[in-house]
Amino acid sequence: MKLFPIRGGIHPEYRKERTSERVIETLPLPHRLYIPLQQHIGAPAEILVSEGDQVKKGQVIARRHGQISAHHHASTSGRVIAVTEIPAPHPSGLPQPTIVIEPDERDEWCVLPDPIPDPFAVTPEVIEDRVAESGIVGMGGATFPAAVKLQLGIRHRIDALLVNGAECEPYLTCDDRLMREYADEIIDGARIMAYALGAPRIVVAIEENKPQALETMRVAASTFPQIEVVAVPVKYPMGSERHLTLAITGRETPARRLTADLGVVVHNVATARAVHQAVRLGRPLIDRVVTVSGGAIREPKNIAAPIGARVSDLIDFCGGFSQRPECLIQGGPMMGIHLPGLDVPVVKGTSGILALTADEINERQADPCIRCGSCVSICACGLTPVELAAHIRHDDLEGAAKLGVMDCVSCGSCSWVCPSHIPLVHYFNYAKGALHAQEREHRKTERTKSLVEAHAARLERIAAQRAATVARKPKTTTIDEIQA
Amino acid sequence: MIVGEITKSGPFTHGTNTVQRTMFTVLLALLPATFFDLYLFGWPAIFLFGVTIGSCVLAEALMLALAGRPLAKTLSDGSAILTGWLLAMTLPPWAPWWTGALGAVFAIPLAKHAFGGLGQNLFNPAMVARVALLVSFPVVMTAWIEPHPLFSANAPSFAAALDITFGNGLPDGVTAATALGYVKTELSRGIPVFQSLSEYGRNTDLSYTPDLMDLAAGYKSGSLGETSALLILLGGLFLIRRRIITWHIPATMLGTLFLLGTLFNLLDPARFAPGYVHILSGAAVLGAFFIATDYVTSPVSLKGQVIFGFGVGCLTWVIRTFAGYPEGVAFAVLLMNSLTPIIDQYTRPRLFGRTRKGEPLPLKGD
Repeated sequence: MKLFPIRGGIHPEYRKERTSERVIETLPLPHRLYIPLQQHIGAPAEILVSEGDQVKKGQVIARRHGQISAHHHASTSGRVIAVTEIPAPHPSGLPQPTIVIEPDERDEWCVLPDPIPDPFAVTPEVIEDRVAESGIVGMGGATFPAAVKLQLGIRHRIDALLVNGAECEPYLTCDDRLMREYADEIIDGARIMAYALGAPRIVVAIEENKPQALETMRVAASTFPQIEVVAVPVKYPMGSERHLTLAITGRETPARRLTADLGVVVHNVATARAVHQAVRLGRPLIDRVVTVSGGAIREPKNIAAPIGARVSDLIDFCGGFSQRPECLIQGGPMMGIHLPGLDVPVVKGTSGILALTADEINERQADPCIRCGSCVSICACGLTPVELAAHIRHDDLEGAAKLGVMDCVSCGSCSWVCPSHIPLVHYFNYAKGALHAQEREHRKTERTKSLVEAHAARLERIAAQRAATVARKPKTTTIDEIQA
Repeated sequence: MIVGEITKSGPFTHGTNTVQRTMFTVLLALLPATFFDLYLFGWPAIFLFGVTIGSCVLAEALMLALAGRPLAKTLSDGSAILTGWLLAMTLPPWAPWWTGALGAVFAIPLAKHAFGGLGQNLFNPAMVARVALLVSFPVVMTAWIEPHPLFSANAPSFAAALDITFGNGLPDGVTAATALGYVKTELSRGIPVFQSLSEYGRNTDLSYTPDLMDLAAGYKSGSLGETSALLILLGGLFLIRRRIITWHIPATMLGTLFLLGTLFNLLDPARFAPGYVHILSGAAVLGAFFIATDYVTSPVSLKGQVIFGFGVGCLTWVIRTFAGYPEGVAFAVLLMNSLTPIIDQYTRPRLFGRTRKGEPLPLKGD
């Protein structure tokens, strides 16, 4: 298959070998599970249980609320011992409403929805409903509700489902292991999703540095002529939705549009497997594979962990820390987030937990920019980070917006490559946040203004009406008229 | 906005490149040519080289202290050493010590720190210093000497060298013209270029003719950096290989210079020096790989660098051919430096998913 080049990109040290050969191990059931109501993009789910309730494994304990939201399920059977606020897996560490379950060790399933024996004989809506009922979100890290993405087939003509197995983030091997161990399930899930989307073609994209995953996926896909497994070059950020679409189809998604506008929908391999389990087994999304790695972890592993297990449970399972970690990350080191502590739970978007040493982070205090231009040549979005940073440093956010700061995907390549160690992405995130706030403020003022204007117009209209009524009253005759 | 000491936004890993590593790689690339040239011109050149770099580092330290910036961290980045090194390579090797010291004053406080220090200067500091010295002290700055290799019969002794650099200056009768300077002078006397070129070597004590190999190898008079085009080229290729620079500026600059030289030489060989002479003499190769490629003062995008290199090549040829000075690289680089901001502005890459004008790309069927 002919591939198309993407602009820029970097080649960070991958450090995947620490976990790539480790078979997925299942985490022993922890003593407590902490299931936040918000594990996805969109509105938080509505809580359905209260303190003291007995729950079964797979039972819906929080229901999606609004168009873009997701169900959440009990990861095991047990008792709800609290509905409280605990620090969320978010850099802010702000507390978030969370359901705390004390497992009863029986791990007893609730009555699951019936399996759909032939998903290709039901309507796409049935599949979408099942995916929504199962609480599936994008498991690559973006956590966008998967059912909503499957509905893209209604308004768009979808030519291809792109199954993203690029896994371009360093350290992470959870998708690699999934592809090597559950290739058939991923292919089946992909076929179901493609059917729901009305997509005739499926392309599975895997970076060349995962030859075994490529091989097993090729074997699994060999009986389906509509599926093509493609090796894509090793280059960060190849796994970015828009860039992968460009590499495979040669088409660039216009700004502020979706890849669906080009007839392409991208789903992560783990999401595909979750869809397979939901449709074929009726099993909701209650666990996921997490890569636990980093120089400070004694024994790095790929762990199948129930949603709600705490980070500390996973790290203990890996033998704890071999040295004091400098930094704890959820996700990959490029786009992952800083974790506020060990007590936060594994959520649906947790692809990795990394305990990194100072050497691995290689953080230094920033030097002045020497305008080397590396950031310009590696930016996959065609931005000029050197200029953006200069504008933002002088609080010229509008200037930065004009140069396209809102188009930045925060992939981190510029910060990674910068010889002066300038935290460029940090600047851009700040600018994006501030510009969003300005935009909201602006909209609010506009709204107030239009209300005030409408009010003034109404008063004017009333005054005009009054004047008209007065004018219509019989006039007194003037001298001139008499003379005429 | 505030950026804390440890940033809590990604990425949480970092490439191994640093400013210091970049600067010292450039210094490493300069080493072979520098060693050869210091050998070629002996003790006076070594003294001047030391004084120039020392003055630049001293000036940098002084400026940093005045600005209240951390001394050790910034001094160790190697940028002041590099400025001094490049400046030393453009001075006549037997020039008196104060040219290096004064050059440092032009380069560091005026050309660099007046603009805000590392990364903020519009003009290449070493070239500002060289040009300022050249226009202020034209005689001293064009007193070229022929090679006096260390330990050879005609090399000045250590004591004599001290006298040259720190005392009474040049002994009588040692100055010689550079190839470009000679051609230029002869041309003004009505001697055609091809004739003066073939005579150039015979006018010196050394019995060699200025053929391609001599010019390239650098056994000729000139500043340190003007002599060995081959060793400089070697260093330049090393920089490209180590990805410190890309081929864009050197290739376009040298290509333009060569093409213009060759073209006009074909049209009128009596008036215009051939392309290869332009490339192999003067500071063309040093300029192309080490001076025009200075990060701070050249465009950031590859497209911008192509335009920049083309401009430097054209201006170098024009200045060498039509202006009063035989060598034009420094002027050409400074002129193009002033255009860098505007080149940057017009050569931004196209944003992903947008047209050149910044509008979202049209969809099929829109």
